[in-house]
Amino acid sequence: MASKSEAEIVVAEIVVEDPTAPASDSPAVTTRRTVDVVASFFLLALAGLLAFDNWRTGMGWDATGPQAGYLPFYLSVILAAACLYGIGKEFLARGQAGETFVTRDQFRRVLQVFVPTLLFCLFMQWLGLYVASFLLVAGFMAVIGRIATWKSVLTAFLFSLAMFVTFEIAFDVIMPKGPLEALFGH
Amino acid sequence: MEAFGLLLYGFSVLLTWKTLALMMVGLILGIFVGVLPGLGGPNGVAILLPLTFTMDPTSAIVMLSCIYWGALFGGAITSILFNIPGEAWSVATTFDGYPMAQQGKAAEALTAAFTSSFIGSFVAVLLITFLAPGIASFALKFGPPEFFAVYLLTFCSFVGLGREEKHKTIISMALGLLLAGVGMDTVSGQLRMTFGSDNLLRGINFLVAVIGLFGISEILLTMEERLALRGHVAKISLRVVLKVWKEMPRYWVTLLRSSAIGCWLGITPGGAIAASFMSYNLAKRFSKDKDSFGKGRIEGVFAPETAAHASGTSALLPMLALGIPGSGTAAILLGGLMVWGLNPGPLLFVEHKGFVWGLIASMYLGNVVGLVLVLTTVPVFAAVLRVPFSAIAPMIVVSCAIGAYAIQNAMFDIWLMLVFGVVGYVFKKIGIPLAPFTLALVLGNRAEDSFRLSMIGSAGDMRVFWSNGLVGSITTLALILLFWPIISGGIGWIRSAFRQDASPLA
Repeated sequence: MASKSEAEIVVAEIVVEDPTAPASDSPAVTTRRTVDVVASFFLLALAGLLAFDNWRTGMGWDATGPQAGYLPFYLSVILAAACLYGIGKEFLARGQAGETFVTRDQFRRVLQVFVPTLLFCLFMQWLGLYVASFLLVAGFMAVIGRIATWKSVLTAFLFSLAMFVTFEIAFDVIMPKGPLEALFGH
Repeated sequence: MEAFGLLLYGFSVLLTWKTLALMMVGLILGIFVGVLPGLGGPNGVAILLPLTFTMDPTSAIVMLSCIYWGALFGGAITSILFNIPGEAWSVATTFDGYPMAQQGKAAEALTAAFTSSFIGSFVAVLLITFLAPGIASFALKFGPPEFFAVYLLTFCSFVGLGREEKHKTIISMALGLLLAGVGMDTVSGQLRMTFGSDNLLRGINFLVAVIGLFGISEILLTMEERLALRGHVAKISLRVVLKVWKEMPRYWVTLLRSSAIGCWLGITPGGAIAASFMSYNLAKRFSKDKDSFGKGRIEGVFAPETAAHASGTSALLPMLALGIPGSGTAAILLGGLMVWGLNPGPLLFVEHKGFVWGLIASMYLGNVVGLVLVLTTVPVFAAVLRVPFSAIAPMIVVSCAIGAYAIQNAMFDIWLMLVFGVVGYVFKKIGIPLAPFTLALVLGNRAEDSFRLSMIGSAGDMRVFWSNGLVGSITTLALILLFWPIISGGIGWIRSAFRQDASPLA
């Protein structure tokens, strides 16, 4: 009985490998608590800045009711108070072991997406969105995904072309364009 | 029966070739969004929103809501076949769905998931059809104090009932409300928090923030994971479908209970995620055979899927009737309404009948068509997962950039999107919830306006929020919810104190 049902269980499978997966034993870059406290200080500073700006705008009452800065000023105070509470709470718990925020391998992979994305946004201003997107997709697939160059270039070309046709021609959504599009009169 | 006539009118708005074609496009895109890792319902809708800028509002909302239904269906495919929940609300579906697939019953599990999804949203649409018009016409009597009280109730229930640490929910919400206020003040016309920047003059666009928070940050988070996967291939035959459908009536209690849970948590800000878990747990608790859950029991697929869909659909009820979204995706659709030049709120039912009833009719039709579509095309969508993530990730990044730029044709928005991407990544990892932020950002200005109009009306007297029975009870309820953790803690403390008093006597 058992062997029969086992034979039936063998069904077709889809298998996708991840050759550059982060190792599970990679050392931690930083702990969750450190990031939490740093982020809280950032938000605290932001709250201070916004509170100051709203105090300057006017946080009181005049003849027409609350002034423009009234609600945002008190919201900044609430934000600051919540941040201070969070910082205090983490400070009191500092003796205990912290959870990992991100491991070195994971951080490397996150940067592998983030840096190309940043470059993409930067280059878009000169090359236009469609050329930049061709470079991003082709480069990312070939370098980080280790996919054959011709496949990467072809995919990137078709994708950028499809995007151009969809947005620029079919839906009239205007995107930043560069010298290449100008060559074709767009 | 007035609703019935209006519904027929809605169908007449809907039944044009163009709208039907857009519906199909929306559903197919939605299923893709649901299946692909690193893309979910809210960001799929946010990214594809720019496609609709040049459409008329009815076609636009039909397409976008169909993307949403599609994403709800798609989430189940990866949960069952690959044990990877495509969406957070389909995590509970993996508990019994994946074991079923391992036993070679993938087709049964998928049929069960799709059919129960359909039932869940059908119940929720019925609720919307017959309840929303009534709520909207009741809300037409609301003045600024009543509206502010309802906004307050929404915000407070997030803080009081959310599972996250309270101070983190407050941080998220306060930040969202603050950023909503950047730019021109709508009441006095004064500039605030712009620091002299022309770019900040326009304010921080809600959709740009959403694309960054959900789209870009999701890519960063997905890259951290090991992306290898292994799963089953399934094909659904008509025989299996009929077999599952024949079994279904036996589980009517589970289906009904799950629909009710879903509708309730969808209207209140509990959300689809909480609904799916709660309904799974209750199905397990009320079952005679508890141990068989988690080992491939079909009821364990019915329960979470019904609830998730009921909740996802009914989240649109408060959005349509009151202009208050019940979920992140509903918040984005609300942002869309504003882009298309509609004013969300109860007046929608009066001023834009074609829009509202067209949308409601599309929920009926979209779910029927969606069900047929997923039942027949599962193998195609499962095969999408063969596409390596290194090809999908840059394409999603490009789509996000297009979406963010198209909203106001501003390069500044692309940088803003990147900043929000990093913020979303950090917030998710340190446990600051994003839903309150989204809600606060989209509702911030309207909440502030209603507060200030109330204050102007009452000459600064806070007692206006208790000036009549209706506004008074909503405000009081809001405050009770805000302090609920303290109140329930207090009740528990009093009880245990009584017990200690009583125990020496016993």
